[in-house]
Amino acid sequence: MLTNADFLALEGTAGNFTATINLRPRYIDADACTACGLCTQYCPKHHVDPYNEGLAITRPIHIDYAQAVPATYYIDPSSCLFLQHETCQICVPVCQSHAINFKQQPEERKLHVGAVILSPGFGKIAPETLAKFSYGKHPDVVTSFEFERMTTASGPFQGEIKCFSDGRHPKRIAFIQCVGSRDIGCNNGYCSSVCCMYAIKEALVTKEHDPEVDITIYYMDIRTQGKDFDAARERAEAIGIKFVRAKVADVTPWENRLQLTYATLDGQHKFEPFDLVVLSVGLESPKDAQKIADITKINLNKYDFCATNGFNPLQTSQGGIVVAGAFQGPKDIPESVTQSSAAASLAAASLKAVRGKGVDMKTYPEEQVVAADDEVRIGVFVCHCGINISSVVDCAAVANYAGDMKNVTFYTENLYSCSQDAQEVIKKKIKEHKLNRVVIAACSPRTHEPLFQETLRDAGLNRNLFEMVNIRDQCSWVHAGEPELATIKSKDLVRMAVSKARLIQPLPEQTVPVTPKALVIGAGVAGMTAALNLAEQGFDSVLIEKGDGIGGNLQNLHYTLAGDAVQSHLKTLVDKVKQSKKVDVLCNAELVQTAGFIGNFASVIASGKGKARVEQTVDHGVIIVATGGREHRPDKYLLGKSKKVVTQQELEKQLAGKAKTRAPGSIVMIQCAGSRGDDLNYCSKVCCNHALKNILKVKEINPDSQIVVLYRDMRTYGFAEDAYLEARKMGVVFIPYEVDRKPEVTEKGAKVQVRFFDSIMQEEVVMSPDLVALSVGIVPDDTDTLSKLLKLPVTANNFFLEAHVKLRPVELAVSGVYVCGLAHGPKPVDETIVQAQAAAAKAAIPLVKGYVKVDPIVSSVEQDKCIGCGLCVSLCPYGAIVMQKVDGKRKAETISASCKACGICAAHCPTFAISMGGFTNEQINSQIEAFGATGDR
Amino acid sequence: MGKAMNHREGSVMILGGGIAGIQAALDLTELGFYVYLVEKSPAVGGVMAQLDKTFPTNDCSL
Repeated sequence: MLTNADFLALEGTAGNFTATINLRPRYIDADACTACGLCTQYCPKHHVDPYNEGLAITRPIHIDYAQAVPATYYIDPSSCLFLQHETCQICVPVCQSHAINFKQQPEERKLHVGAVILSPGFGKIAPETLAKFSYGKHPDVVTSFEFERMTTASGPFQGEIKCFSDGRHPKRIAFIQCVGSRDIGCNNGYCSSVCCMYAIKEALVTKEHDPEVDITIYYMDIRTQGKDFDAARERAEAIGIKFVRAKVADVTPWENRLQLTYATLDGQHKFEPFDLVVLSVGLESPKDAQKIADITKINLNKYDFCATNGFNPLQTSQGGIVVAGAFQGPKDIPESVTQSSAAASLAAASLKAVRGKGVDMKTYPEEQVVAADDEVRIGVFVCHCGINISSVVDCAAVANYAGDMKNVTFYTENLYSCSQDAQEVIKKKIKEHKLNRVVIAACSPRTHEPLFQETLRDAGLNRNLFEMVNIRDQCSWVHAGEPELATIKSKDLVRMAVSKARLIQPLPEQTVPVTPKALVIGAGVAGMTAALNLAEQGFDSVLIEKGDGIGGNLQNLHYTLAGDAVQSHLKTLVDKVKQSKKVDVLCNAELVQTAGFIGNFASVIASGKGKARVEQTVDHGVIIVATGGREHRPDKYLLGKSKKVVTQQELEKQLAGKAKTRAPGSIVMIQCAGSRGDDLNYCSKVCCNHALKNILKVKEINPDSQIVVLYRDMRTYGFAEDAYLEARKMGVVFIPYEVDRKPEVTEKGAKVQVRFFDSIMQEEVVMSPDLVALSVGIVPDDTDTLSKLLKLPVTANNFFLEAHVKLRPVELAVSGVYVCGLAHGPKPVDETIVQAQAAAAKAAIPLVKGYVKVDPIVSSVEQDKCIGCGLCVSLCPYGAIVMQKVDGKRKAETISASCKACGICAAHCPTFAISMGGFTNEQINSQIEAFGATGDR
Repeated sequence: MGKAMNHREGSVMILGGGIAGIQAALDLTELGFYVYLVEKSPAVGGVMAQLDKTFPTNDCSL
């Protein structure tokens, strides 16, 4: 990790780059800094805090936020009195660990690397664009980034929302969407793709703070096209947040308030007063985009984002350099996370030959055997955390108290238990006093338990022979005003921990070998891309397809919005799959049964037709689910009944086929003719782009064709917004309709009639077009069977449910099973390809390692006590418990590799037959008993 | 100005330590590569570290 670093130069080619980096000094020795914060308290100079968007004041010597990584303070040279004027230096003697070093110099470093991933993020909209809305002129006009910090509980105002002008609580708040996005005035013609979501989120959070506050969101189109995003919009509407489709022309200071001038769809000009106005600012290309392009020689697109192609969405114009995140185009967190994993898989594939060569493997001493009847020798270490704990809790008293307890052979205090030298002390004392249990009373196990466990392991002890007490958060922090009681509570907690420590036993750190092969279900673009990527990384896969041939939905598509030919790309992809020695394709195939767990699955697969159908068992380590989806067929709008009513996919086929020269003279397109509550309770994400793609094709063939599009929100997010603008310039008419006033399609003789309410003219209109094209939406392909077979959860809309919406978007709840493509949710081809590459990255991780580590904290069943009721099996959310026949009786058994240690089974077992490693009933009971046995403290 | 050369086979440079860069770094190390995560500010985390909650679940962002 190289922070405070500037990227200066890049030389060489793929596989052999040399990058030059300049490391700016922090003026603080990172190894010595304990992040105690004393220096900031003493520093006399003010410094505007950029982390809080300039809404707060900090000091030149500071850390951005408590959880920052690395957890080291730094000095901002731009305002430090010593670095600017050679005075002050108050911080130097204040720092007890002597970490401040003004002699630090910039350091240039050359990095020899095989591949480069560019993820520089995004830039912010220029203040000139915001000035149009009185930003900078009136203090109560804020950006959404500022508002985010204002609403944050850990922010500068502890989440209390106030007007900057006079400190009153705002009663009326307006959000203005598309500030710096979809705005050719500032050269940002694209949609930033995230603002609608964050505006809704911030509005919801604000309502939580103050349910009385009146919030209006002014928008052009609400673009909540992501998976289950529309539901959040509906939630916002349900609690009274207003959505007004209007372009805001002006924000004028008016008395102590702000007046919005806006124009609604029906041509009216309106005025509305507000206390606070939030500008939903868009994402721009990073400020240093051009510099990065100059150094790396990659191409940028016309908006200065990284230029890529729809079939290889992360590959830059330079070999060996891939892109991920917002630099590839504005996007939200899950898309960024998916792209990062995909970028990792591309880099890993390109460097397969040198995999593992750069990684240092840590070695440990042999683990000391601790038997159940060995004498228990506990060491207790009480941490001062600088003055963080010791200024409230009497640490010496706590340590002495522990020293009097049974089995405690050693006790001491540390200034900072987490410091490097303290680790050496702990290791030395373990050996010196033959300690076989260690209790550390310090801060939170959430952040520091792994560090101390590592120290135990370095000293030859099992990691589990450790117990941590949090006397900082739970004593010195929350009881800062009651030092005596805080000390008593610390003693109580230590007593409980020592009591538990007497009973803890070493837990084995198991590893399970992995079969280095993947099963990929579904041979559409997602499955094929995933299998090929795994092949490039060196792994075999079995690719099963239920249809006669491979290719999936791509077979129905002919061109993309960007104008790329789909079929030639599909042919290349199919040929690659067929020629790959590492991909075994089975058609007319389905999964019959799967047994096992991550690393060790065995699946029965039936393939072939009629008499040729055979079953075979395949051993594999991971599963990638790419079962896809299909066009929804709504039973309305005369679809299937009139030849003049087609779906967008059918129109695309017609335009690409022999009727090429005969694009219809007039078309009415109906968007959401299935999605968003009609038949399907979600947005299908691709239909708006699909309609535009067809519009541009029709116009290319027949420029005189008249096209009317009836829509709810045009969701041409990202760079697709350009196509939307182009279509409007060509004279295509877009008319929004409300969900309670849907267009109607009827047959009149040989003609079809479309009747709708024109919200611009404010009147009912009837048209008789040559063709009606329906945007019908996407449904998943039979996720039901597979979800039962593999115990995979699905959403209310029958798409597979990922393990974590933001941070684990391609993993499923069951370890070793990954999802990509339409089976996860509706998405266009480029996003499907990226997701498939990401799934391949995640699936490759256990395959590369060759083993899976089993966390020692797993459930285990005491089979004598088990009555075989099966309650645990039905409750386990991870499919980690199975019923086995033992001597003819049903008994539960945990599959350790699949167990996530949630404890549901142990909590529900009626006979207490299940216990969790490290948290057994005996251990917990002893802690509770020790809590009551206060004695003399 | 000090100069140092880092020469390691099987390594990748990631420019930018926001959520995208961090995730790519984590995956690549798990896939058996050494990663240099180059970040211009004093801490990794990027813009996501400035967010309080995330859409649509309102999970904590830190």
